[in-house]
Amino acid sequence: MERRAYYRNKLLPWLLIAPQLLLVLVFFYWPTAQALYWAFTLEQPWGGGNAFVGFDNFTAIFSDSRYWGTVLRSAFYAVVATGLSMAMALTLALFVDRGLKGTKLFQSVFVWPYAIAAPAAGVAFRFMFSPQAGLIGTINQVWPGIWDPSTVGWQALLMVIVAHAWLGIGYNFVFFLAALQMIPRSVIEAGAMDGARPFRRMLDLQLPLIAPTTFFLLIMNLISSFTDSFGLIDTLTEGGPNDATVVMVYKIYFDGFKGLDYSGAAAQSIVLMLLVISLTFIQFKWVEKKIHYA
Amino acid sequence: MIERSPLFNAITYLAMLIGLVLVLLPFWVVFIGATLSLPEVARVPLQMWPSDQLFQNISAAWIRADLGPKMINSLVVAVGVTVGKIVIAALSAFSIVFFNYRARMVFFWLIFITLMLPLEVRIVPTYAIAANALSPVQALLDVTGLTGLVQQLGGVQIALNWNLLNSYEGMILPLIATATGTFLYRQFFMTIPDELVEAAKMDGSRPMQFFVDVLVPLSRTNMLALATIMFVSTWNQYLWPLLVTTDREHFGTVVMQLKALVPAQNGTPDWNVTMAGALIIMLPPLLVVAVMQRWFVRGLITKDK
Amino acid sequence: MAAISIRGVKKRYNPKALVIHGVDVEIEKGEFVVILGPSGCGKSTLLRMIAGLEEISEGEIAIAGRVVNDLEPRERGCAMVFQNYALYPHMTVRQNIGYSLKVSGVPKAERDMRVVNVARIVALEPYLDRRPAELSGGQRQRVAMARAMVRSPEVFLFDEPLSNLDAKLRVAMRAEIRKLHRDLGVTSVFVTHDQNEAMTLADKLIIMNAGRVEQIGPPAEVYHRPASRFVADFIGSPAMNLLEGQFDDHGQFVHGTGGRLVVEQLNGVRRPGLRAVLGVRPEDVRRTEPHAPGAVSGTVDYIEELGSARVIHADVAGSRLVAVDASGVSLAPGAQVHLSVASGVLHLFSLESGQRIEQTH
Repeated sequence: MERRAYYRNKLLPWLLIAPQLLLVLVFFYWPTAQALYWAFTLEQPWGGGNAFVGFDNFTAIFSDSRYWGTVLRSAFYAVVATGLSMAMALTLALFVDRGLKGTKLFQSVFVWPYAIAAPAAGVAFRFMFSPQAGLIGTINQVWPGIWDPSTVGWQALLMVIVAHAWLGIGYNFVFFLAALQMIPRSVIEAGAMDGARPFRRMLDLQLPLIAPTTFFLLIMNLISSFTDSFGLIDTLTEGGPNDATVVMVYKIYFDGFKGLDYSGAAAQSIVLMLLVISLTFIQFKWVEKKIHYA
Repeated sequence: MIERSPLFNAITYLAMLIGLVLVLLPFWVVFIGATLSLPEVARVPLQMWPSDQLFQNISAAWIRADLGPKMINSLVVAVGVTVGKIVIAALSAFSIVFFNYRARMVFFWLIFITLMLPLEVRIVPTYAIAANALSPVQALLDVTGLTGLVQQLGGVQIALNWNLLNSYEGMILPLIATATGTFLYRQFFMTIPDELVEAAKMDGSRPMQFFVDVLVPLSRTNMLALATIMFVSTWNQYLWPLLVTTDREHFGTVVMQLKALVPAQNGTPDWNVTMAGALIIMLPPLLVVAVMQRWFVRGLITKDK
Repeated sequence: MAAISIRGVKKRYNPKALVIHGVDVEIEKGEFVVILGPSGCGKSTLLRMIAGLEEISEGEIAIAGRVVNDLEPRERGCAMVFQNYALYPHMTVRQNIGYSLKVSGVPKAERDMRVVNVARIVALEPYLDRRPAELSGGQRQRVAMARAMVRSPEVFLFDEPLSNLDAKLRVAMRAEIRKLHRDLGVTSVFVTHDQNEAMTLADKLIIMNAGRVEQIGPPAEVYHRPASRFVADFIGSPAMNLLEGQFDDHGQFVHGTGGRLVVEQLNGVRRPGLRAVLGVRPEDVRRTEPHAPGAVSGTVDYIEELGSARVIHADVAGSRLVAVDASGVSLAPGAQVHLSVASGVLHLFSLESGQRIEQTH
């Protein structure tokens, strides 16, 4: 929709947008360009600036099997965490949407995880999953040594994924519930008149009708699992044991700031950027031909 | 509901109850853990009702993680980002929506695209720019040959430097530099009817008067939503403050201190103190979300869709 | 000196699409002018150009002798009442009315006094501290009026202000606006697509169609001497009968599949062989005896019952002829009916240009 009522002024609109534009240029476009520059150059060991090396940095990371391990692990992490979190949030939203007495209380609590810092959740889950402490660790009393995420890789990864899924519940729940509440009541009533019971209506009416939201959340969750896992991993496992929980973001941080390999880290950043951009692009494409049931 | 179905209602309550337990469990564990004494917290299985050590544990955590000054840092950064973002976003959205100038759409896309790439994926170069925020200007001078020219003519080497590491600006500015708020304000401004703008024009109000007298009061709900979202997400920032503050002692935030509270591998497993620290650190954003829930939910949905 | 002069004004949104094709109008001080036309004819655009909300592509507009093309709306001395009222939702009625005074720096005491005065005139005094959401449609309309009045502007502009009210309220507000204009005597320009509204309110009517002015004149003149086929068709309900045809050697008008109308009127323009459009208002078509002079016969298609009269839609030799019949003699669809235009006023329009062909006396 285009507006027709505008203010006319030569200078003012530029002044108004200048701060935002300046920030974006300095802290977004410049670093992104910088990442590109580093990704295609290599710092000379004897000084004298960076030399252009073409795709060498990319070849280097792509021929490293440990990098591929990281990519696969990140993908696994993203898919499982997304699936877990969305399934949980959707189930809760479907039941809350029925609007039974007392639902409001549940509704507000289900949003809470949104407010929690990933490192805080990390610390809490670390305690809950600690093999020595008394929650999950209790099973070690029955089968000694069966649970120890500090040495068993898959247990560590599982722990991180569960924590990530839990953190996402609040956000996903808010969107699912809003989408469900947007469905016109008359559609549900028509379903009831056609003889569909509540559970049937969930499957046949509500789920298809919120498909656009589901897809949107799917993309958002995947992106956040790829990019937003640092705080959790750093407090839960620090990438260990044996790199079992090193995902792409963590490796970028590690190679860049601990290994001081800017070019390698930049090349990895570019790969991650491309991944995120293509996910966003899929989302845009979908929005374009979003199915309108109305 | 449309029809009576006692069985399905029972299932509904059961499901919501299970959900409640799953969602609350980590909160409950943190709270319980924070009230236990050291022997109690080391006991297996964990007791699931509170004990009486809450205040001792909190004060222990407070001292160990130096939470007093860190709270102030967290607050300064969170409020700084929130206020800065609201002001900058409202002004830039005002510019994009209510003025018709050629560069408008270019600006809109320049800002909008930043929604795509979170700070985490461009963390290394952003760190580099924080080390010298004027480096783009310097590069521009170098490339255009101005640096060399000035050096030849005046014998002065231009070396611009504005270091943002270990400063509030360094923590705040990069976090403001995304489009979230701008987008939210734009969505809202688009719903303002043309006639209202025209009525204001006929009443003689100039652009800034219209902004202050009409737009700001009308967008109060949006502002609250944005404030909630920004406060929570800034308070919870971890990676960026970790990088940009090498001087933890003076500029560290509370969230950065969480790791320091985790018991060492072979140290005393005083998880009770850890949980007490986690409890106070996660409380402020949780309170904000609980209180502002109605507004923030609406803002969250407009922001991202 | 005219209150508003519109000289050769054109509006184009892009180089190709001209939406206003050169309008020339003089509006006298204190006049109530109504711009009437179908939707999309450019009437609102013209009004908004006067207000300064729309740029003038070509030509000029002067208010009180001063060319205002490059002036901001606030500098033109106009106040406007919008179709959807455009009240500030977060302000009380008092603040809404007083906003323009506040912006122009009128001291608070004087502002309050003027707001109360205006509110009294439009009977809004009890509602001054309410917000727009707490008011009825008619009350919001009044706030919009008061907001326009409070500045004592030189010109009032109304952009279809009554179209969101229900029928009864609309008639009442119409009367109120008319009365206000009589009391205040401020030059007013009122845009509408409702011809009843236009006829009752206007001192002077401007009929627009497709970006052009079709006719300017007092309502009665527009009704009785429409300047074009468009105006003839647009003004009056039921609409004027317009028959395309040709005068034969005997001065009779041949139309449709060969029907003939005996025309006594239109002396001097009834040239044999002239092809034209003959117009006659349904009120001027009479039911007559079968053999009365000038009578034509047709078949009744359908009848609209108005209560006080009936509108007969008849097919006469392939042409549609509509008559208003107050005789009370009943008719059924399909029946034969005899009609005559002999005593009525006839209008003649050019077939090509649609312009009125004036008759000499």
